[in-house]
Amino acid sequence: MNGKLEIAGRAFASRLIVGTGKFSSGDAMRVALDASGTEMVTVALRRVDLDASGGPDILEFIDRNRYLLLPNTSGAIDAAEAVRLARLARAMGLPDWVKLEVTPDPRYLLPDPVETLKAAEQLVADGFIVLPYCSADPVLCKHLEEAGCATVMPLGSWIGSNQGLRTRDAIKIIVEQASVPVVVDAGLGAPSHAAAAMEMRPRRRRPSRASWIRSDLRGDPCTHTGTGAGRVRDARHRSGCLSRSGQTCRFSRSRRLRRPDRATRGCPS
Amino acid sequence: MYAPLYLSNECLTTCTYCGFAKGLPIARKTLSVAQSLREGEFLRARGYRHVLLLTGEHQKLTGVDFLGEHVGALRALFPQISLEVQVWNEDEYRRLAAAGVDGVVIYQETYDPDSYARFHVAGKKRDYEFRLGGPERAARAGIRRLGIGALLGLHEPWREDAIALAAHALHLLKVAWRQELAVSVPRIRPSASGYSPEHPVTDRELAQLICALRLVLPDTGIVMSTREAPGFRDALVPLGVTHTSAGSHTDPGGYTEPGEAEGQFEVDDTRAPEEVADALRALGYEPVWKDWDALMRAGV
Ligand code: SF4
Repeated sequence: MNGKLEIAGRAFASRLIVGTGKFSSGDAMRVALDASGTEMVTVALRRVDLDASGGPDILEFIDRNRYLLLPNTSGAIDAAEAVRLARLARAMGLPDWVKLEVTPDPRYLLPDPVETLKAAEQLVADGFIVLPYCSADPVLCKHLEEAGCATVMPLGSWIGSNQGLRTRDAIKIIVEQASVPVVVDAGLGAPSHAAAAMEMRPRRRRPSRASWIRSDLRGDPCTHTGTGAGRVRDARHRSGCLSRSGQTCRFSRSRRLRRPDRATRGCPS
Repeated sequence: MYAPLYLSNECLTTCTYCGFAKGLPIARKTLSVAQSLREGEFLRARGYRHVLLLTGEHQKLTGVDFLGEHVGALRALFPQISLEVQVWNEDEYRRLAAAGVDGVVIYQETYDPDSYARFHVAGKKRDYEFRLGGPERAARAGIRRLGIGALLGLHEPWREDAIALAAHALHLLKVAWRQELAVSVPRIRPSASGYSPEHPVTDRELAQLICALRLVLPDTGIVMSTREAPGFRDALVPLGVTHTSAGSHTDPGGYTEPGEAEGQFEVDDTRAPEEVADALRALGYEPVWKDWDALMRAGV
């Protein structure tokens, strides 16, 4: 794991994304974040004072110059709620990166695949960098990737269960097929679980996925508008869509899938 | 962390163990919207973002319109609002959900139909079945959080009620799978009713019950209110308690105009909210003041 992790054009020296729940105090959290070496911290929007009216607030304890704040939509039970929450977060000045969580079942917090995909499409269209928490379902992960998500985040086991990589075999397929970084999101209960996740490599030897994304971004822009510089922002850019000069669009997410017969399929123009 | 906010102690029902029961010669009070906002501001300044609104059962004074009006005003202060009031039909719950109610608490008090009839002698609450079906109706109407409970000290043996409560919870986990569920096992406290149980549930038995509930319902919330003594409450937290109140008043207007009306029962833990939060931190737990935001819900 020498190379940097790259998500949506941003490089991270640490591959650890740290949450903000279950700390006994804000100070304890601050120390833990520091010790972890993480560069990305996810925070549940439902715990943030969204009306910004003062009072105790978790955001006070996170140095936003040091960490990328990754707001998450935990608590949302459908796409509409997740989208609404992400938009509220952006309106209050939080980053437009969002860890998408749609969990209608509050007991096991299992992600709703249908609503997650729906929300992902909407949020990508809105210009968010979307990192969706999802089931370890390889087909769903491909759909999310094609919707324009910057990563896929399959669960290792149920949230909070500490059972490790129970979905190992499915995650192997997801890693094998992914053109975006794969982040194992839930159920890890020991450092060895995280290490095992990071050791999962695609079977074929090839450049790291992060560098694929960079090569995707090297092409010139396609005719599709509404994109932000250097970011995969528009769900309409499908695998292998072509730029004006006939090259793969730089916002297309699967340069390796470039094939003439696929070139325009799904392109909004 | 949540705070109870009593809106009224008027009641047309007679539950023989309750300090608000109809006919008891107590000072009664129903808050105006302005008064409940004052109470709300007091609680918000102490850190609360989740408030539990309570009333007695008075169809005219504290009906759905009254609740909707107060919820509408308090929404500006609290991202999470729950109700512990009389039970309603599905349409009425739908109206309350639309007004901004996120959670509904309905204690069956006792699950034994004979004991239930003995303690609930007059009023709307006499209908055992209607009350038992309340949480499911609320869930169907879109209420997100459900609380159920048994009042320990009514039916004997209390273990029968404990088992029935667990069975009710397990049933709700199946039929109301989208709802967050919490259970509560309050013990009877002294009140104006003068009722006291013949064989009160002991501390030891309550601790055993909390352990049993945690084993049967590993992912369900367990509520512990200020009815219990400070040291005992702190000791129960590591056994699985997840929801707690602090600095509570059980009389309407009791935070800003104390002493004007009778409380429902005496609280035992009188520590300030921040003291209770400190005690939780000392035990290694995170006191969570805000865990939900009604802004998430489209149309609210
Ligand atoms: S328990 Fe409720 S319904 Fe019964 S007397 Fe008390 S306030 Fe009224």
